[in-house]
Amino acid sequence: MRSTFRGGVHPLHGIHEGKPLSKNSAITELKTETVVIPVGMHLGAPSTPCVKKGDRVLVGQIIAEPVGFLGVPVHASVSGTVKAVEPRQQLKGHPELCIEIENDGLDESVEFTPKGDIDTVEPAVIIAAVKEAGIVGMGGAAFPTAVKLAIPEGKKAETVIINGAECEPYLTCDYRLMMEQPERIVNGLRLLMRAAGVSKGVIAVESNKRDCAEVLSKAAEQFPQIEVSVLPTKYPQGGEKQLINVVTGRQVPQGKLPIDVGALVFNVQTTAAVADAVLLGKPLYERITTVSGAVNSPVNLRLRVGTLFSDAIKAAGGFRGEPAMIISGGPMTGFCCQDDSVSVTKAGGGILVYDASMAKQTQEGACIRCGKCVSACPMGLMPYQIKFDAEKKNWDMAKKHNAMDCIACGACSYSCPAKRYLTAACKVAKEMIADRDRRAKQ
Amino acid sequence: MRLTVSPAPHAKSQASTQGIMAVVLIALLPCVIASVVFFGLRALLLVGIAVVSCVAFEFLAQKIARRRVTISDLSAAVTGVILALNLPVNAPWWMVLVGSAISILLVKQLFGGIGCNFLNPALTARAVLLASWPSHMTDFSSDAISSATPLALDAVTSATQLEQAPELLDRFIGNINGSIGEVCKIAILVGLLFLLLSGVVTWHVPISFIGSFMLFAWLFGYDPLLAVMSGGVLFGAVFMATDYVTNPMTKKGQLVFGIGCGLLVAVIRKFGSYPEGVTYAILIMNILTPLIDRFMKPKVYGEVKKHA
Repeated sequence: MRSTFRGGVHPLHGIHEGKPLSKNSAITELKTETVVIPVGMHLGAPSTPCVKKGDRVLVGQIIAEPVGFLGVPVHASVSGTVKAVEPRQQLKGHPELCIEIENDGLDESVEFTPKGDIDTVEPAVIIAAVKEAGIVGMGGAAFPTAVKLAIPEGKKAETVIINGAECEPYLTCDYRLMMEQPERIVNGLRLLMRAAGVSKGVIAVESNKRDCAEVLSKAAEQFPQIEVSVLPTKYPQGGEKQLINVVTGRQVPQGKLPIDVGALVFNVQTTAAVADAVLLGKPLYERITTVSGAVNSPVNLRLRVGTLFSDAIKAAGGFRGEPAMIISGGPMTGFCCQDDSVSVTKAGGGILVYDASMAKQTQEGACIRCGKCVSACPMGLMPYQIKFDAEKKNWDMAKKHNAMDCIACGACSYSCPAKRYLTAACKVAKEMIADRDRRAKQ
Repeated sequence: MRLTVSPAPHAKSQASTQGIMAVVLIALLPCVIASVVFFGLRALLLVGIAVVSCVAFEFLAQKIARRRVTISDLSAAVTGVILALNLPVNAPWWMVLVGSAISILLVKQLFGGIGCNFLNPALTARAVLLASWPSHMTDFSSDAISSATPLALDAVTSATQLEQAPELLDRFIGNINGSIGEVCKIAILVGLLFLLLSGVVTWHVPISFIGSFMLFAWLFGYDPLLAVMSGGVLFGAVFMATDYVTNPMTKKGQLVFGIGCGLLVAVIRKFGSYPEGVTYAILIMNILTPLIDRFMKPKVYGEVKKHA
């Protein structure tokens, strides 16, 4: 096992990591009567809808065109009739433009044309296929994958790292994918390596998923350039910068990108989607999502992008008791939903339901200077200090304390005995500093 | 459906301020028991007065200042126990009250409550009491133990190895005079072990403190083992230098802090006019803590050196 990164925590360690709830539940397909697809699921400007109410659409048909450099197309995830193109309340602070499609149940799709064979397809064709398929980082960040693959002039990729760490408690969708369809991941990795022109691929999993490592090693055994690496179980092992540090031994310099140290990191589901996009010509319209927590039967669902949380929770046997909190994503970095009418996006890896006892909020206490946040921070920051800066609205000081390097992993807040909102303060500081810098430039 | 919306993370560790203070109280228990064994029930009375008065002063101060009352976090109780264990068994009851008032009102609450004091409350109170009533604070005469204080002895005796052996054992067990909590080294070490095992305290401060003290004591010509078994070095290193609030935030900083404490104790014992220097050594390092924090920052991931 490799050495580890600085800091980090073991969330819910000792009790359980929440993973056993859904770990052994095989991926099951979920089809729903309606889907509500936001046009802004990726990092970058929202796409522009190109269908209108009443149109019939097919699976895989483009329903929103990309906008700008970071733009990605949005595809219909079911066949049926467009019921509405209107703003709906999703996870952001304000309603977002969404396309609602009523599923006719026929699953009629546009024709998918394979782009080529793994060993012969041109790198440019792979990148174009990835862009066409609307693939974004499916681990949560939703960064357009084709942009990541377009390596800037003068820089060189050396290693493609596949992120199978899945360090968030409760989530098991990546685990199930690795266990059930390792060949899709290996194919995807080979394509990504081809696209980036590198000869070294690493699939990284945490030591609590040794069974995955075995399955993946077997699937990749004919390919000596692919290594399956077992990393210590520690949160946030799946953080891009932490993963690069552990796998390559190098650190991404402040303000730089992973490519600056020759690394490209992709989530396992993204990798599988790349395989589908090239080998099947299939756009990204479905994903695997874990529904867990206070539900009657936690599951891993293969569901269509735009599936409503309410439908997914129903598929998991419904709420166990009265729900008190619904989280999109994992418990460490996920977002709270106002209700269960929000949609699963391309990056939505988890739906986590908390009952009243799990959602209990604790009063924020005074900082006792225990230093646990400093020890926990995987970026080497002093979260307590940034929190003080944020309380005083002293953004200059927050910047000086490297608030911009915060990856919002939540390790500081997790470890704080006084239950201070450290991560939240760092996020606010980051936004305020970025906002101020933007204004200064104008 | 009424849902709670709160910022991530939505998982929190089991650690709490109250839990940490409870662990410290349990770690202090062997010392309290030892003080009763060696000094009788009056030791327990001192502890009782100190705890009750510290908690009461905290409650009063928070009521008057209209702050949230936080006596349930047990930090005032910890201050009380540590204060009492720093007193000689003959300390009059009113002196305990004065000590509590200094700890809680002056050092802690006037500076903003838990986490805001820059000095260790109990230790500051001990320093004030020592300066104000030196005769009471150094009156170690006790019915149970009738030897002179070991530290006073250090200056004049140069015991041979043979004579040292039983003396060392006495010091280790606590069969000597001194402040009620500091004499029994076994009890302190049991407390340290508990603190380390529970993860409340890491080895950095106590071990660097004790280690550097023994090193410097040896350099200054003392027997390091005898020196560390004398006075309040162990008690200070385990229970007072480890106070979260008044020591540095980073492990590097804590090492600097511990080494500084050890050096200062040795220097005061060797060159100062006081036989004992633990109190002032830790207080001086408390004052230097913000400075240590300023220079001993963690290494930021991917740090790019900024040009001045």
